[in-house]
Amino acid sequence: MLRFALTLLLFTLAFGVLSSSPVFSDLILAKVDRRIDLTSQIVRITTSLKVENAGSNPISEILLSFPENQAKHLAYLTATLNEGKGKGKASSGAGLPTEVVIPKDVPDSLTFYSVSLHKGLGKGESLLLDVLAVFTHALEPFPEKISQADIQLLLFQDTAHFLSPYKVMVQSVAVKLPEARVESYTKLEGTKLSGSELKYSPFHNIPPFSYLPIIIHFENNQPFAVAEELVREIEISHWGNVQVTEHYNLFHGGAKNKGEFSRLDYQARPYVRGASAFRRLVARLPPRAHSVYYRDEIGNISTSSLWGDSKKVDVLQLSYFCSTELEIEPRYPLFGGWRTAFTIGYGLPLRDFLFESDGKRFLNFSFGSPINELVIDTLIVKVVLPEGSKDISASVPFPVKQWQETKFSHLDLVGRPVVVLEKNNVVPEHNEHFQVYYKFNSLSMLREPLMLIFGFFFLFVACIVYMHADLSISKSSASYLAKVQWEEVQATVQQIHNIISHCLTAHDKLEASLRDLSRTGDVQACKATRKSVDSLLKGVSKDLKPLVTFLQSSPQAAHILPKVEELIAKERDLQERLMAKHTTVVDCYEKKLGGREIENRIASNQQKITSLRQEVDDLMEFIDEI
Amino acid sequence: MAASDAPNGDVLIRNAFGSVLAFLILLLIGVLAFSIRLFSVIKYESVIHEFDPYFNYRVTQFLTKNGIYDFWNWFDDRTWYPLGRVIGGTVYPGLTLTAGTLYWFLHSLNIPLSVETVCVFTAPIFSAFASWATFLLTKEVKGVGAGLTAAALLAMVPSYISRSVAGSYDNEAVAIFALIFTFYLYIKTLNTGSLFYATLNSLSYFYMVCSWGGYTFIINLIPMHVLLCIVTGRYSSRLYIAYAPLVVLGTLLAALVPVVGFNAVMTSEHFASFLVFIIIHVVALVYYIKGILSPKMFKVALALVVSIGLAVCCAMVAVIIALVASSPTKGWSGRSLSLLDPTYASKYIPIIASVSEHQPPTWPSYFMDINVLAFLIPAGIIACFSPLSDASLFAVLYIVLSVYFSGVMVRLMLVLAPAACILSGIALSQAFDVFTRSIKFQLPSLSDHSHIDARDASSENIVPDDTIKTDKSEDTPKERMTKRSKKKEKEPVEKPPTKFQIKKRLSVLPFEASIIAVILLVLLVAFYVVHCVWAAAEAYSAPSIVLTSHSNDGLHVFDDFREAYAWLSHNTDVDDKVASWWDYGYQTTAMANRTVIVDNNTWNNTHIATVGTAMSSPEKAAWEIFHSLDVKYVLVVFGGLVGYPSDDINKFLWMVRIGGGVFPHIKEPDYLRDGQYRIDSMATPTMLNCLMYKLSYYRFVETDGKAFDRVRRTEIGKKYFKLTHFEEVFTTHHWMVRIYKLKPPKNRIRGKNKKSKSKTSSTTTSKRKGTRRNPF
Repeated sequence: MLRFALTLLLFTLAFGVLSSSPVFSDLILAKVDRRIDLTSQIVRITTSLKVENAGSNPISEILLSFPENQAKHLAYLTATLNEGKGKGKASSGAGLPTEVVIPKDVPDSLTFYSVSLHKGLGKGESLLLDVLAVFTHALEPFPEKISQADIQLLLFQDTAHFLSPYKVMVQSVAVKLPEARVESYTKLEGTKLSGSELKYSPFHNIPPFSYLPIIIHFENNQPFAVAEELVREIEISHWGNVQVTEHYNLFHGGAKNKGEFSRLDYQARPYVRGASAFRRLVARLPPRAHSVYYRDEIGNISTSSLWGDSKKVDVLQLSYFCSTELEIEPRYPLFGGWRTAFTIGYGLPLRDFLFESDGKRFLNFSFGSPINELVIDTLIVKVVLPEGSKDISASVPFPVKQWQETKFSHLDLVGRPVVVLEKNNVVPEHNEHFQVYYKFNSLSMLREPLMLIFGFFFLFVACIVYMHADLSISKSSASYLAKVQWEEVQATVQQIHNIISHCLTAHDKLEASLRDLSRTGDVQACKATRKSVDSLLKGVSKDLKPLVTFLQSSPQAAHILPKVEELIAKERDLQERLMAKHTTVVDCYEKKLGGREIENRIASNQQKITSLRQEVDDLMEFIDEI
Repeated sequence: MAASDAPNGDVLIRNAFGSVLAFLILLLIGVLAFSIRLFSVIKYESVIHEFDPYFNYRVTQFLTKNGIYDFWNWFDDRTWYPLGRVIGGTVYPGLTLTAGTLYWFLHSLNIPLSVETVCVFTAPIFSAFASWATFLLTKEVKGVGAGLTAAALLAMVPSYISRSVAGSYDNEAVAIFALIFTFYLYIKTLNTGSLFYATLNSLSYFYMVCSWGGYTFIINLIPMHVLLCIVTGRYSSRLYIAYAPLVVLGTLLAALVPVVGFNAVMTSEHFASFLVFIIIHVVALVYYIKGILSPKMFKVALALVVSIGLAVCCAMVAVIIALVASSPTKGWSGRSLSLLDPTYASKYIPIIASVSEHQPPTWPSYFMDINVLAFLIPAGIIACFSPLSDASLFAVLYIVLSVYFSGVMVRLMLVLAPAACILSGIALSQAFDVFTRSIKFQLPSLSDHSHIDARDASSENIVPDDTIKTDKSEDTPKERMTKRSKKKEKEPVEKPPTKFQIKKRLSVLPFEASIIAVILLVLLVAFYVVHCVWAAAEAYSAPSIVLTSHSNDGLHVFDDFREAYAWLSHNTDVDDKVASWWDYGYQTTAMANRTVIVDNNTWNNTHIATVGTAMSSPEKAAWEIFHSLDVKYVLVVFGGLVGYPSDDINKFLWMVRIGGGVFPHIKEPDYLRDGQYRIDSMATPTMLNCLMYKLSYYRFVETDGKAFDRVRRTEIGKKYFKLTHFEEVFTTHHWMVRIYKLKPPKNRIRGKNKKSKSKTSSTTTSKRKGTRRNPF
């Protein structure tokens, strides 16, 4: 408070000196209306000036001055020419260019902005000028630290007189406060407080550089959401999507919480105990936003809701009014001084934001954050263009720092060009559209899919080659040859094994046919079976011959050969005996002999067959295990 | 080969079709294993689960940020304050390195996945690998059919799912794969006798050692199998090749892992392997001598060697016993001891007993975790005995041992699961084999076909041996048949050739019985699948840091833990120390990035006991303990408002026990009324005045006027009290986490300091006083 008073004193001193200095120019401000809006954390001062040229020379620029303590908080300044008689809305569209100037013979503690007029203001002419100045961090919490139950009180200081290098004829000030409760305010003559509006009655004939400090101490429980840093990454994919990712680093910029936080009090009476805290933020996302997510570094934050109004979009076709509303709640209510960090992301249809002109494509996107009434200390906007973009340029309606980076993302080879725009002290008024122009060949879109296709293609080709190529180091070494030979032997033995097992199945068929015979007595069918089996077996034995000769010729097979030969011999024996048995039985049936008789006749054969079968099975098992 | 192929062109195609089918099935099994674990991501979110995974996640973050060398040298000062912890030397680095490698690989392809995403999906990826490893292992034991069945079973066995859902980023996730793969390579070496596989086996064992402390299971199971083989007269040179390189190379490699180091030769968990190593050499020598001597001479030599050998062995055993006895825990670590003696931990080490996963399992948990496999295992064991081979002997031994171990500790159900899957796979595949064969044999219309098919099928035998060069007798095509017959029952099924056919034909089952049995088996497997999906979706997918509950008005999300951690991480100073019970240590360091006093690593019992003591002391004493530890915030978990049962009040007795174990002035009976733990009006004054009670219930009565605790289902004993040394700084939305700040030390009242001469001396004396009063 003391410091504050001191600066005031200094100011008044400085102006006291100045007031005696020559008049700055011939301009006269015939009427000044100031409306100070203190309803949120952002201070908006709208000033409408009626400027008259009292001198003889035409004047093409008007100076606006701000004291140092305001100038450093000034986030946004625009001056528009108000030509119509009607209030407010008639002001002609685009703002006039403003820039910082340092005129001579003025104190350092003032910052001047010059507004250049399109056409000079001739002698005796007058014009109406609307000036909107937006300040951040201009409200000082007082007391600086409050407890959970306290309300947040703020101090606002300004001058009652319009600080200007020109003479002011008539001036009025209206201050709009968020709530009716005002702790104290500087009382001047004719000050009126009605409801939440504080009015200072008109001042007349104010000399240049006059400064009459006023201080307003009032209650304001609006959310003081300040993003210390916001990184917006806008990634363009020509496959039809614009992906926006916003990393917030947020804190409550109001009066600091004094330590203790009781959830009980907060939950029981959230608007009394915890009035200064805010628990939710509302973001207006562009229409047709999809795949919205809200998370921080430790995972999804489950407290958020999204209201899309896709229906309205179809009916009205007015994209401006049909935005998607996202209400997000940080993990915990934010009290003064508390911080949090989170990320929101969403996808947007490309066609809404990407346009083409003169062979160049350009992205038209809003600059600021979609969150309402958010002050951003440092805003970094990164526009990630697709890989292979050329001739990149950006156009932003206000001065920003600008440079380019490269980002590597999915399967990039050279990286994607990134246009980075940085601006300090950003307020919602900065939510204007900016453009990034670039050239991009649509064929480049196919690069990554083709890369994948060829990658997999070559992988499979490599696999096929590997499977078919023999990668042994030495093809003539003894061990390799031996291995190859051994494999051949194995294969041959396996084949023999198979053939024999075929034979065995054939034998089974014979046996089965005999059983059928005993059941049905159909001798002809039985004979037919025998014939077919016989021919099959003959064919098989032909197949066997080359295999056995191969085995005989191969040195590797020496130790298996006897077994194999034994097997073949045994099998042949078995086969003959079976045939014999079969013939006997069929004969018997033809002769219509009794069952006992048949059994007697084949008994000896049968025994041999069983034992042979057993031996063959054993041999088969042995060979199988090689 | 070409000569043999030529006449069988048709067969070749058929066989290629078969292996492609098997490959596709394997691929699908992998997809199944991966996707069944994604329930947690779909129902909740892609987030790391529970407690230990958060530590692993943090280590992985460090690794990816700072590189491997910094990782080995990492001294973590964020935990175990003021002691710190040498992370590089005390973690099993396998999991971290795996995920780190995955991360680097993806980033070298410019695929910008975050470390978290990689960590979340490591476990599902590795469970797909594990099911493929199971296929390989079972294929070595009983063939392709059993392999595919076992792989499919393992892909969804609930016990394994419980440790490997997406987000459960824990050692077990990769260790089970390493375990099965090591066993596969061992069996493969045993079947082939190839040194190549033996080397791979040691490498795989090395990976297992890197990944999980459970590697001791391998290094004990394999020697036991070797011993069993020797005892049952199955010694062969293949056995020697499978075992000896593993011990030598494996031990050398294991000693490279910092956390194991010389333990690989010094602790008794490894002694069995060395003993068997000696035995196998003796046996090898005996076989060698037997080969070069005549039987008579051999007997003489045997007597000689046995007598000398016995003497040497006795000497060795004496030395070993002396060595073991000289080490403080007799060379056994607590966890291993509790394996041998299940009551050991609860008797001597409360900190081990306090972990629920170290308790013996109950019967329902068997049914929950392995479900119908429990009934199929005996059948699998029988199948392994007909015929018994080295490999199937291993399977039997594996199941027997793992059943025992799982009976000791719930955690080791995880080791049982693969064994259960392998044996059930064998059982199912054999059963299907028998039934489908009997059905097919009795289908008259198909008999002609089947004979022709049989010819084709049996000549198929050649090709696998051609393509898979070293594959041998163990995987002859009969298994291929079984797989096909199982998967495509409707097709005319090929007849399994040769001896099986011949033998089994004698034991053909009745047609109707077979059909019914097949249907029943299919139903059984279907039941298993349904159970597994349910378990994956409902039982095991909760990340435990986010809780949900369904009520009439929809889904409620309890995200209090992260709320508290986020608050800590954004609104406290970066060097503030946070004290909490050790369960929340890993999460606090990982999510809030604040220094903690104790964490889930529980390596220093005294330190944990200090925190336990503070929690069970009255406010002032607790404040002094915490203050001496430089603690600024105390975090407690309280479920009384919303009915969250695993809160600190329910864990409190363990704090008392662990604290009392080191500081005898904390006595458990003081907190119990007639041996009962209660917090209502019957509770003891010690209980009602301890810090944990006060921090949990501070101003709780004002919520509903009665202070009704929904977990304990009772009104609390002491409702109105004030905190003198702590102040509440944060409580989450559902009151599940409450954070208190230590009030700054009060200025001394002048009267008290009159005796001391100057202010400075007074503060020093008071400090000394303070420290003296502290229990350490």
